[in-house]
Amino acid sequence: MAIVEEPLELARESAAPPWTTVLHNWTTTVDHKKIGIMYVLMALVFLVIGGIEAVLLRWQLFWPRYDFVGPDAFNQLFTMHGTTMVFFMGMPILIGMGNYLVPLMIGTRDMAFPRLNALGFWATLFGGLLVYFSFATGGAPAIGWFAYAPLTERTFARSAATDLWALGLIVSGVGTTTAAVNFIATILGMRAPGMALHRVPFFVWTILWTSVQIVLVLPPLTAGLAMVLLDRNLGAHFFDVQNGGSALLWQHIFWFFGHPEVYILILPVFGMVTEIIPVFARKVLFGYEFMAAATAAIAFISLGVWAHHMFTVGMSRAQDLFFIVSTFLISIPTGIKFFNWLATMYGGRISFASPMLFCIGFLSMFLIGGLTGIMLGAAPFDFQLQDTYFLIGHFHFVLIGGTLFGVMAGIHYWYPKVTGRMLSERLARWQFWLLYVGFLLTFGTMHITGVLGMPRRIYTYDADRGWALLNQLTTLGAIIQVPSFIILVYNLFASLRHGRPAGDDPWDAWTLEWSTTSPPPAYNFEVIPTVHSRRPLWDLKHPDDPDWQYE
Amino acid sequence: MIALLLANADGPTQNLSIFDPASPPAESIRQLSVLVLAITAFIFIAVEGILIYSIVRFRRRGATATGEPPQVYGSKPIEIAWTAAPALVVFVLVLVSARTLWEVNVPPPQPRERDNTLFATVVGRQWWWEYTYDHYNGRALGFTTANELHVPVSEEGIPRPVFLTLKSADVCHSFWVPRLAGKTDLIPGRINSMWFQTDRTGLYLGQCAEYCGTQHANMLLRVYVDTPDKFEHWLELQQKDRWPDKDDPRLRDERVRAGEKAFLAQSCINCHAVRGTPAKGTYAPDLTHLMSRRTLASGMIPNDPDDRPLDDLKGSKLLEWVADPQPIKPGCLMPSFGLGDRKRGDIVRYLLTLR
Repeated sequence: MAIVEEPLELARESAAPPWTTVLHNWTTTVDHKKIGIMYVLMALVFLVIGGIEAVLLRWQLFWPRYDFVGPDAFNQLFTMHGTTMVFFMGMPILIGMGNYLVPLMIGTRDMAFPRLNALGFWATLFGGLLVYFSFATGGAPAIGWFAYAPLTERTFARSAATDLWALGLIVSGVGTTTAAVNFIATILGMRAPGMALHRVPFFVWTILWTSVQIVLVLPPLTAGLAMVLLDRNLGAHFFDVQNGGSALLWQHIFWFFGHPEVYILILPVFGMVTEIIPVFARKVLFGYEFMAAATAAIAFISLGVWAHHMFTVGMSRAQDLFFIVSTFLISIPTGIKFFNWLATMYGGRISFASPMLFCIGFLSMFLIGGLTGIMLGAAPFDFQLQDTYFLIGHFHFVLIGGTLFGVMAGIHYWYPKVTGRMLSERLARWQFWLLYVGFLLTFGTMHITGVLGMPRRIYTYDADRGWALLNQLTTLGAIIQVPSFIILVYNLFASLRHGRPAGDDPWDAWTLEWSTTSPPPAYNFEVIPTVHSRRPLWDLKHPDDPDWQYE
Repeated sequence: MIALLLANADGPTQNLSIFDPASPPAESIRQLSVLVLAITAFIFIAVEGILIYSIVRFRRRGATATGEPPQVYGSKPIEIAWTAAPALVVFVLVLVSARTLWEVNVPPPQPRERDNTLFATVVGRQWWWEYTYDHYNGRALGFTTANELHVPVSEEGIPRPVFLTLKSADVCHSFWVPRLAGKTDLIPGRINSMWFQTDRTGLYLGQCAEYCGTQHANMLLRVYVDTPDKFEHWLELQQKDRWPDKDDPRLRDERVRAGEKAFLAQSCINCHAVRGTPAKGTYAPDLTHLMSRRTLASGMIPNDPDDRPLDDLKGSKLLEWVADPQPIKPGCLMPSFGLGDRKRGDIVRYLLTLR
């Protein structure tokens, strides 16, 4: 349907189609670009919802023994905040950007299975709605986003909210898995002539490995959630300790998904940053092969580190040691990536347009998240830090400092391609600095609160604990971040009309998506390009000194 | 800003810092953490330094630059170098982590005669702590109390370690007193253990560190480290059944007797136990020596003083709690029983005699 071209330029301009037609076009589309845009919009809506939940949480913690939302609402809010941000913001926005970009970057006309692609999006969206329907049962689930058994058993979570939560995650999990299968098929089977697997743009490479991880770890989560539903509704006893079930089993199942999930949320961002830094440093990526190998290594090692979330459950020392080693090992390929990014910038001619600004935000903040991760990986240190605000600080440095800053870099970089207009640089700078300062204040402070003994997920605390001022600073930081997101949303919509026209290639970049028009036509490329190197547009722009001589 | 400072000024601030350990496991972890912090700080400074240097040194200056900078595709020796260097750091980190792990994670020994060791079992419950004292100095104990853990202090040459067996009666909890040791989870269907030992008397605070439902925030931990004499005295008292002090004139009080009758006739005894009486509930805190505890509701509110006169209950926290626990600790598993003023007053007077 979406492939059908309007016959005449004039007809398009003379009368805008009625909104029902527009709605019909979008809801029935199988075009990877429209699906990608819908994924991103959905993720942004959930980002706003999850953000509002976060601000309410922070406000409750502003005063000791404060009675703003109370324990039940607080526990529901942090459950929904975590669930929303991981499953309905983080993954969809990355899958959406992958959806839009992968076919363009590898020089093809659509994903391998366009209808499956649409199914994936709608399943993700309806999964999200199902989870939010839980509010209609009188309150969202209050189980935490990793929902430790037996708190999810009927005995402790009596309302249907937990069932809706589990159902929603199963449905969206199906959507995510189909998207991953689709990526793998597309990347392995539909690359432009000449684009060998060792020449794909780096973002495509990371999406490939993310997809492999999704296919390996999402089905176990789905199985675990099915067990929860069976326990709750059909009297099964998987996690019901009184009847011989195992509470610990759930933790293993969940984190076997849950840890690779962190890499699912960060690998594509590594890919985006690896696309953007070379363009703004005007240098080819340093050490492509090592970066590629490091990505694959991370994908594999991350499957064997899950129990570092469980150092305090009383495993044997040998088991603890195994997960210490695997957790530390993963820092080696991550370090390789970091050094290669720095080496790419070194000796370049760096300009600080908004995408690069967010990349630098990513580099400076994600590093901290990585280093606090080393502290948490040292199991005995983790005995103290586990489940404290230090941990909350750590993983927000990874997921905001890492994922969110990287995604923002990507949005600012590819927005001109998607819309044909540039985003306002002035607004982007405001957005960046408010986010940067607010983020540092919020999550930097949390590390100290945690070291001073404050556990996560407590709805209030006594004044004599000495955590009040730190919590107030944290909340202040959260409030500083609010206008940043308002500016982002405003910039995204206002620039649609008022943005400077972008042209095909506003950043003077090197990958195939910049060789077609902005926005690209439904068929992406008039002629499928033939590539000879990792930077096909460099070869075009520098026929005297093409890349393939050096690869 | 002034409002912020004022809010934080009332009362002395308690110390729960993991960097102020008072027990060998917490001390081992602190030593490890200092080393890890030093290594990561070095990496942080080096990498952020290179990043800032690159940003400043290689920023584009003006629009005069023409053409592209030299393209460098990579370098195998450099890549190998910055793979090997982190690998070495990882090797060191694994070794020191393993050493600390073996120091901290000690399997509990068997109780022996004159071992000066306290063995207690902690059962996590929504949202309070049950403590059963098993052995001390080789002597079997076997009494149960709640929410306030008393342990003996170690002295020069006489270490008095405390080994806790950790269980849960409902959902997952985690026992965490930062200055004494790292946390260990209490997981239904599993038996965990942990240990600590300290040579400084006093009160050590902590709280449940694994989300366990509505009142997770108010599942507070209080560990009293007593001198050996005081601890022995406390043990002696706690081992006794009800009415330890026959000379207490309050026991002859009319209303205390009425209160006992009412207590034993109500559903109080389905959940609570008072040793030596028909009250044998095990679902809620043991009340045999309720007034020896300084707090109620798992450390959330102060208890009445144990010598409180019985004639006037005005301002009694215990009365407030018995009348309706829900406004104090919303969602806790003790309901309001809607007792009349007279009966409620009687019951509270009875409870006030449970020293």
